[in-house]
Amino acid sequence: MPNDDKIKKVSIIISKGSLEGVYPGLILANGARMKGIEANIFFTFFGLDAITKKKMNKIKVATVGNPAMGIPSLIGVMPGMSALASGMMKKQMEQLDIPPIPEFIEMIYDAGGKLYACLASVEMFKLKKEDFCNQVEDVLTVGDFYELSAGGQIIFT
Amino acid sequence: MEKIIAGYTVDVTEEGYLTQMNQWNKEIAEAIAKELGIHELTEGHWKVIEFLRKDFAETEKVPTTRRIKNVGNIPTKDLYDLFPDGPVLKAAKIAGISKPVSCV
Repeated sequence: MPNDDKIKKVSIIISKGSLEGVYPGLILANGARMKGIEANIFFTFFGLDAITKKKMNKIKVATVGNPAMGIPSLIGVMPGMSALASGMMKKQMEQLDIPPIPEFIEMIYDAGGKLYACLASVEMFKLKKEDFCNQVEDVLTVGDFYELSAGGQIIFT
Repeated sequence: MEKIIAGYTVDVTEEGYLTQMNQWNKEIAEAIAKELGIHELTEGHWKVIEFLRKDFAETEKVPTTRRIKNVGNIPTKDLYDLFPDGPVLKAAKIAGISKPVSCV
């Protein structure tokens, strides 16, 4: 395959704060690094939970408004349902050697992936740089994000 | 298909991964490493290669980056420094084991 056909750089946007909203972006970013592709992740809106120290360990599956779960939303709202579904999914992922979110973030960082928080969302949620895990490189404007994404693919998740 | 690497005839896939890990030796590893742009295999490289071979022999699977870190005690950062641009892909090829197929 000629070299020009290869993807050299990706910028991935993670905008959701549920387990199924966060993992695809992390897997894409880590997978890019495993292939020698430059990877940036931009966390925006509830996606910020994945890099917020107090929340990154508590991310759950959405059991309500998620038709793919195969359970009626009325059952999904019951106390403990989201925790139960999250526990089951985490167990499954552990078997595939997919790490919990904090470990995954650390691995991506150690692999040379760069993590950024979206300024507009940071201001909206009244967060500070100290609220984020140490692996977060910087808080960026949308303009900064486009600049650092130049020459690569942008993926929204 | 057959290929001659470092003077030894070995069976490889189209992408150049050895299909029989017992045909491997250190000279072959060094020759593949050079082809991949790694000119010298240091102690750090050998630690990764030995873990990959041992784990592959035991589990019949190429370990994930996470397993290399947690079971092989090789920090992810070191792995990427030693084998830049696709560490597990490169290390597995040098170690004479299958191409990794995992997404993580």
